[in-house]
Formats: sequence, structure tokens, C-alpha cells
Amino acid sequence: MANTREVKEIAKRIKRDVIQLTSKNTGHPGGAIGAADIIAELYFNRLHHRPSHPDWEDRDRFVLSNGHICTALYSAMARSGYFPIEELWTFRKLNSRLQGHPSRIDLPGLETSAGPLGQGLSIANGMALAHRLRGSDAKIYCLVGDGEIQEGQVWESAMTAAHHHLDQIALIVSWNDIQIDGHVKDVMNIEPIAEKFKAFGWHTIEIDGNKVNEIKNAFDQFEQNTGAPTAIIAKTVIGKDVSFMEDEAIWHGKAPSAEEATRALEEIGTCSFGTDLITKEEY
Amino acid sequence: MTKAKSGRDGFGKALLELGEKNQNVVALCADLAESVRVEAFANKYPERYFQIGISEQDMIGTASGLALSNYIPFATTYAVFAAQRANEQIRLAACYNQANVKIAVSHAGLTCGEDGATHQALEDIASMRVMPEMTVIVPADENEAYEATKASVEWIGPIYLRLGRTPVPIVTNDTSPFQIGKARTLKNGTDVSIFACGIMVERALQAREQLASEGINASVINIHTIKPLDKETIINEVQHTDCVVTAEEHSIIGGLGGAISELLAEEHPVPVHKVGTQDTFGESASPEELLEKYGLTAAKIVTACKEALGQKEQNLKRVRS
Repeated sequence: MANTREVKEIAKRIKRDVIQLTSKNTGHPGGAIGAADIIAELYFNRLHHRPSHPDWEDRDRFVLSNGHICTALYSAMARSGYFPIEELWTFRKLNSRLQGHPSRIDLPGLETSAGPLGQGLSIANGMALAHRLRGSDAKIYCLVGDGEIQEGQVWESAMTAAHHHLDQIALIVSWNDIQIDGHVKDVMNIEPIAEKFKAFGWHTIEIDGNKVNEIKNAFDQFEQNTGAPTAIIAKTVIGKDVSFMEDEAIWHGKAPSAEEATRALEEIGTCSFGTDLITKEEY
Repeated sequence: MTKAKSGRDGFGKALLELGEKNQNVVALCADLAESVRVEAFANKYPERYFQIGISEQDMIGTASGLALSNYIPFATTYAVFAAQRANEQIRLAACYNQANVKIAVSHAGLTCGEDGATHQALEDIASMRVMPEMTVIVPADENEAYEATKASVEWIGPIYLRLGRTPVPIVTNDTSPFQIGKARTLKNGTDVSIFACGIMVERALQAREQLASEGINASVINIHTIKPLDKETIINEVQHTDCVVTAEEHSIIGGLGGAISELLAEEHPVPVHKVGTQDTFGESASPEELLEKYGLTAAKIVTACKEALGQKEQNLKRVRS
């Protein structure tokens, strides 16, 4: 279990990993950094899981729907013991288990493959129905991007979750107002988000998704909710704590150069949790 | 041949029995419970039945989530709404995840009938066959649909089970065990091999009788599993005849005919003539009228066999000269 201060520190480690991994390769740093606080809380405080036994049937499940931010997930998984930290360097390389978008078959511990947007909540719903059939009260946490909810399937699955009273589901919308072509409100407005979920029969909670205490409170509240699924509308900042990345659409899918990475790591700051990734050349 | 029920009836009967035998079998439907014959299961096992409403993409994802949690879900709708409407969900959530999802679809092909072209899937075998990890089964009749449904639960991985709406006579010999991926040779022959699936198996048998009356000896092989294709049986068979006709209630592009052409082009090149729809949509009419108009008839198979035999003869002449 990790307290607020510890989760913040772990989130910092995830952000540093994301910068290091994407700058050595390609990938999507912005959204991953923006969601680092949420993922840190999940993997180091919230989920009942067993990294050494990823198939444990009664585990809580984390379904990453916006698969492109997988560097944050890979970091959390490696740092919590699913696979060796050095393996992070294989990200996006030939024969790697760490595919550019998550591949469940390749990497035990991933609940689903993801990438094509809008599918995660449907899969989470199926897992929730399975838990119910099995008599398990394990939770399902599903993370979606805000642009992602432009996909019609998200609303199909939102109906399904409410209709079947899947109160063990928490859907976290990482609302950074950025998608590839610009600000979400300009590309295709999705607001008001909470009102939409309310109208679909969901419990809703609105938080600052980069404030760990607010994330903790939201999950605490979710665990008490009954009768309907919970949507946590988490206002996040793309590239949070890296000044030149914040609120810039370009950082959805652009890898930082070596110079930019150095600057980003300086701005994120040193971290007392774990140690920095060391490149093979530096061994 | 006895007058019997449709493929979907065989599916519904098997699903009901599976519900009793296997507590992990669950079913999902997108607002077509009676039509796809899942209603009996829903009534008997309501806790294991999930109505998803008119949202097939969501249904495939939900089914995959159940499969990834060790249940064996049957996701049911019409062929067009699964193979085509939810194509990318089948690709990611079912196939790329290697989720143990059984996609059982009714109203495939022209025999969907009066509903017209919008509802007549004639491209679904092609679009499902190209998916890595996917198994594609097209039962010939009620019996085979029943057997295929039972067998699909023992098979690990996603399956596309293509069922028809219209009753067809029983043509499969239920004493030979059904095995996924193992073709059923219904009649031996020496001149030409007819590979058929679905409702065209019956028509292939009729064509064989017509050909026999004209002194042509055709074999009829029921290729109920389009993928994985039973290469061994097909190649062994073609080594005897060197001449092939395929027959399917589907486009001649990418379906059974496509699969067999791909195989034989590499392994044993011989004339392959394909009976199926000619790169076209269907239309509204009775099933029988449509099969006639679009050339899915025994007569058309007979013609195709003669054409293929003619080509075989020409090829032989070319070799001799």
C-alpha cells in the first residue's frame, strides 16, 4: 500500500520511464505522462493483484483502453514486478513482448490487447459479468482517453454497463483535451462529459486526475457505489510537469529528442522510488 | 434425404444441451434471440444469458471479456452484423487477444431471402477467413450445425459459425463423427471433385446424380471447416480427379472457392471452377428464387463440372502435344 506522497513519487518514476523509453524510440509520451498518477495509484495502492501470478482469477483488473499510452502501463508493471525492469528497453523492438500497442498474448499481466479506440469498456463489461457469475467482488478499472469517447462503441458499452448494473466497474476518463489533430473541443466536442454519463445512468465523480489525493478519494467513493457503474472524469494535463509538453497536441505521438528528454527529466525531477533505467551502452 | 430444419435450429438445440453440461457456457445476443435460436437457452439459463441490445460491436467486446475470464461465450446475431459490422472488434478483442469466443451467426447468404441484400452476407467467409487465429465453420444442415456447436466448445480459440435461416434437408451422415478441420467425403468419384459447404452440399449431391446419368463420376466432399482447411483430404482427393468445382452460398471471391484455389495453385494446380455469387449483392425474393437467379443450383454445378472437365482435357492435350 502506498500513501499519497509515495504514489506521487512512483508517478514521477513512471513519467521518467516514459520519457526515457519514448526518447530512445517512438511512442506516445504525452498522454502516458498525464495518466501516470492514476496508473501509479492503481498498481501500487489500489489493485488487488499478484504480479508473480498474473492469472490469479480473483484479481482486480485494469483494462487500458487507450492502448497508445502503454509506456505508463509497462512502467507500472515492470516496477511492480510483472517483468524485469531492463525489459522495458525492448519496447517497440523486434521480438519484444512490449509491443507499440499492448498485446495480451505476448505479455502476461496485460488484461487485453488495445490500440484501436473505443473497445476497452466492452471488454471490461464482459470481465465484470464474469466476476458476477463467479460470485467475485473484484473490481474492474478501465482507462479511456477523452478523444476516445468520440467512438460510438464507448456509448454502446456505457449503456450495457448501466443496464446490467455493473457497479464493480470504474471507468476513468483521462480528460486532457488533446487528440492528434488538436484540442478535443475543436476536433469534436465531447463536453459535457459527466452529464453524458449521468444521463446514461452512471455514478459520476469529477476530479483533478493529476492530484493523487483526489484520485484516492475518487476510488474510495467508487468502492462504496452500488447499483450502477462509476465514471471518474479525471482532468489531466498532457505531458504534466514537462513545460514544453503540457497542453501541446504534438506530444500525443511524438518522441522527445535526446536534448528534449534531458530537459524533461530535469523538469520532472529526481525520484526516490527505484532507479533510472540504464541503457545497455551504460552498463 | 429427409426434410429437416435449418442450421440455426441445430445450433439452438446444441446450445441448450451445452448449457446443461457445461456451466462455463454463456450466451449473448444483440436483440435477435428468437431468430438466432438462443431464446431457449435464455429462458432456461437466464443468469448465463446477456442481452446486449442492438450493439454488435459492444457484444463482441463483452463476449471477449467473458472469454478472457474463462467463460465460453456464444455471441449471436446475423452474419452481416458480426463479420462485417463488428469486424474490427472481432480482429482485436477476439482474434488478437486469442479469446475463446464463439461467434454464431444466422441468416448467412441468399437464403436470408426477402429481407434483401442488406441482410444477405455474401462476403463474411472471406472477411473472417483472413483473420489470424480465427476458425471458420459452415455447417451443411441442422445435424451438422448441432455437431459443430458441440465441437466448438472443445476447441480453444475464436470460431465463426455460419448458420442459415432456411430449412434444408439433412445430407450429412451422422454416423461419421464431426471433427473441426476434417472434411467429410460424402461420395467418391473419379472424374471431378466437388467441394461444397453449407446448403450447397445438398445441391452438389443432386448435381452428382445428374452427372452420373451422363456418365460422369463426381465426388462430393463437404468442406464444413473453411479454416483450417483440410489440406490433406483435399489434395488426396484432387490427385484422383485433377479437376475441381467449388460450391458455396457466398461470393466466389475469398470464400471456399478462394481458399481451395489458393491451396491448389501452390500444391496441385488443376482447373478450379467456382459456383457462388459473382461479385454482386443479392436482392429481395424467396430463397429458392434467389438461388435460381444467382446461379446457386445443381444445374450450375453440373455446368461448372463439365467446364472444368473440358479444361482438364485441354490441358492434357496441350501436354501431349
